[in-house]
Amino acid sequence: MHQWYVHGFEWTQKTGFVYPNEFITWSIQIVMYPFLTGLVAGAFVLSSLYHLFGVKELKDMAKFALVFSFALLLGAPIPLMLHLQQPLRGVEIYMTPHFTSAISAFGIVYLSYALIVCSEIWFLYRPFFVQRSAELGKKGGLSALLGFFYGVLTLGAKDVSPKAVEADHKAIKFLAGIGVPAACFLHGYAGFIFGSVKANALWMTPLMPVIFIMSAIISGIALCMFTYTVVMEWKKHVTKKRLARHLKTGDTLPELRATEVEMVRISAKYLVAFMIAAFSLELLDLIFRGYTAVKSWDILRAVIYQRDWVDIFIKQYLCGYIIPFILLLWPGLTVRRAVLATVLVLFGVYMMRWNVVIGGQEFSLTFDGFMNYKIPIIPHNIATFKEGVFGAVTVGMLPFIFFFFINKLIPSFPPVHHEAKTK
Amino acid sequence: MSLQRREFLKIVGSTAVGAGALSAFRFLAKGEAAQILGSANKNQKWVFLVNTYNCVGCGMCVRACKLENEVPYNAPVSRTWVERYVELDNGTVLADSPNAARDGFTADNPMGKTINPADITKAFFVPKLCNQCEKPPCVQNCPVGATFSTKEGIVLVDRTWCIGCGYCIMSCPYGVRFFHPVYHVAEKCTWCYHRITKGLKPACVFACPFGARQIGDPTNLNDPVTKTIATQRVAVLKDEYGTKPQVFYLGLDRIVR
Amino acid sequence: MSHVWRPLYVVAGIVAAILIIRHFVVPPQFGVWERGYMYGWHNKAAETWWANFRVGYKGRDYCKDCHPGHYKQIMASPHAIIQCEDCHGPAINHPDNPPKLQIIKSRLLCLRCHTKLPYPTSLRSQLPGFLDPNQHNPGIECVSCHNPHSPVLGGN
Repeated sequence: MHQWYVHGFEWTQKTGFVYPNEFITWSIQIVMYPFLTGLVAGAFVLSSLYHLFGVKELKDMAKFALVFSFALLLGAPIPLMLHLQQPLRGVEIYMTPHFTSAISAFGIVYLSYALIVCSEIWFLYRPFFVQRSAELGKKGGLSALLGFFYGVLTLGAKDVSPKAVEADHKAIKFLAGIGVPAACFLHGYAGFIFGSVKANALWMTPLMPVIFIMSAIISGIALCMFTYTVVMEWKKHVTKKRLARHLKTGDTLPELRATEVEMVRISAKYLVAFMIAAFSLELLDLIFRGYTAVKSWDILRAVIYQRDWVDIFIKQYLCGYIIPFILLLWPGLTVRRAVLATVLVLFGVYMMRWNVVIGGQEFSLTFDGFMNYKIPIIPHNIATFKEGVFGAVTVGMLPFIFFFFINKLIPSFPPVHHEAKTK
Repeated sequence: MSLQRREFLKIVGSTAVGAGALSAFRFLAKGEAAQILGSANKNQKWVFLVNTYNCVGCGMCVRACKLENEVPYNAPVSRTWVERYVELDNGTVLADSPNAARDGFTADNPMGKTINPADITKAFFVPKLCNQCEKPPCVQNCPVGATFSTKEGIVLVDRTWCIGCGYCIMSCPYGVRFFHPVYHVAEKCTWCYHRITKGLKPACVFACPFGARQIGDPTNLNDPVTKTIATQRVAVLKDEYGTKPQVFYLGLDRIVR
Repeated sequence: MSHVWRPLYVVAGIVAAILIIRHFVVPPQFGVWERGYMYGWHNKAAETWWANFRVGYKGRDYCKDCHPGHYKQIMASPHAIIQCEDCHGPAINHPDNPPKLQIIKSRLLCLRCHTKLPYPTSLRSQLPGFLDPNQHNPGIECVSCHNPHSPVLGGN
């Protein structure tokens, strides 16, 4: 007989009565996947607050959020690919899509959404492309090549007259308008993937897509706030050092302003609003399950209140909602406090994904046994790498690496202000 | 013929004899019997009957299935399996299927526990296999059309097309599907499609010495299996999922999962 | 103003590329078959593939011409309900391939039925057997005394 390998056998511990073929089939990569798409959707919604709803205070962050959303978007399908047993066949969802399956919608929704984001970025950066291609085109060597690349990115539209730029802005507004429902659709369908599995008692609820969208938005806003603040503070730090080097003795360092506290406060307000929605929906789901107490409730109760008690009530609810609520709503919000809150929110949303994906597989279809996901730490083959800690960390870092390079091409951060104190 | 053999046949045949209630012979329109069995698929060609009273838990079916269908013998997955249920007079239910019952049940140790035979109120075996649902959620949820229902209602997997996403595995309420340990695509019981299309019986049915597993023709009301399903009190597994299973059970119990 | 449509051209190009690749990649027999799009969206060739899977278990009619003695003996015994290949393994293309079938002589094979399990609602409790097989000649294979083709001691 051939060499064989049973998927899930290495990290599944069974107790009680479990059907022979049951394993933790969907592991850490499927936790990463909705987490990443959630961030994509959330980042886009944040950028749309400015582009579509005209929340002026978010202007600077909106640009960054859009580009960051694109980097996350590039990262989102990677965990999906990694979890496939036949990764090279993944393209079949574009070849023979079976739309009665929530997963096949991925192909269409992901592609449409990616095209919307790309187009929006194109309109936003078109004058920049035109300018860069003109600048670099004059130089020689590699710069000329880069200039040519920017030229291609303009798609031949080099008109930067006020009228043309005005048209760009209209297009951005339109794309942001269709982008918000598309982002919600992208993530709502990720919720639908789980919510529509009637065989899984924990997953099956029509609330699932809505819960996913809400937690997606909070995670996206939180990550944008976090990354934006951290990068801007880093830039401030670098600028300060650079200025200090050129300083003559006796001169004072000019006051540097990087993160706008006002902007952080405004985005924190939106964050809290969506957190209230997400938290209410999740509580509603929990209360409803306990109140209706259908056949599966006995086993679900054992999972929620006993096996996963710490994961759900401490990590997800207390760390992910309650503490950030207090941190964000306590008067006199500082940047530092906001950053701490966003980290906790991100952790909470990650735990929510974990508790759905892994929690949903922790009980057997028999309702009479449990499975424990023993996450592989030190990998000894490809499967234990992909479906273990290292695979998750790799996938989690990729969007940031993508963003680093994309940001080189299309800078998305505003310059650090040198504000001489007007005193 | 020895005495013992006649005894066996009596036991094995006892349930089929009771199925003689259908009065007059009549010809059936295409799919009419299938409709009597609750299936809307007029082209349905096969129906499965499990008589749990007759199952002795020898596991010959599991062994035959693995060897017939080339599922690695020592891998902890199987297209079919046999469950043991033991209910004690204090209400405890012990259920297990060690190694999918590939080696049968050779000791009275449900879930590894030693029990006093006097405490047993009910105990029996339940073979499980693919229900070839009329409305298979595994097929509905396949994103690429790699699993499908044939005209006759048998659900198969296209090994050249499956992307291995596992959505079908998550979708099956019966836990029938798994990733093939060698080909790394979704794998499932096919009722031995290659055998039944040649007029042979599925390997598990073939290997069962006690007639606990039977396959029949739902277009023929005189087929003993169809007759039993149409006239006896049969049950299906987990009908609350709306999957319309096509494996019918005699002697199911509330404790069966 | 017309430049705002440029991204749409790119989109159209991508969609066209997918459709063209699709044309070459999708197998010719892939389509909506008898059970409709929900249940019948597949490559028809896969049905043929499964229908052509090799048959392993051949049945006792396949055995009886070459092994008439064993056949007649077992058919006259209580073990007549057991298929030859249950204990001997699937014939597949025997005697060409495999030339020899594996005979399982382990006690465990017999104990699959002959450990007596006191399960009142199951046929198992009615089979002849031992509540504790270890009390009956432990360590000795059943086949040392019992002929599986005619298992009753002192029988034919």
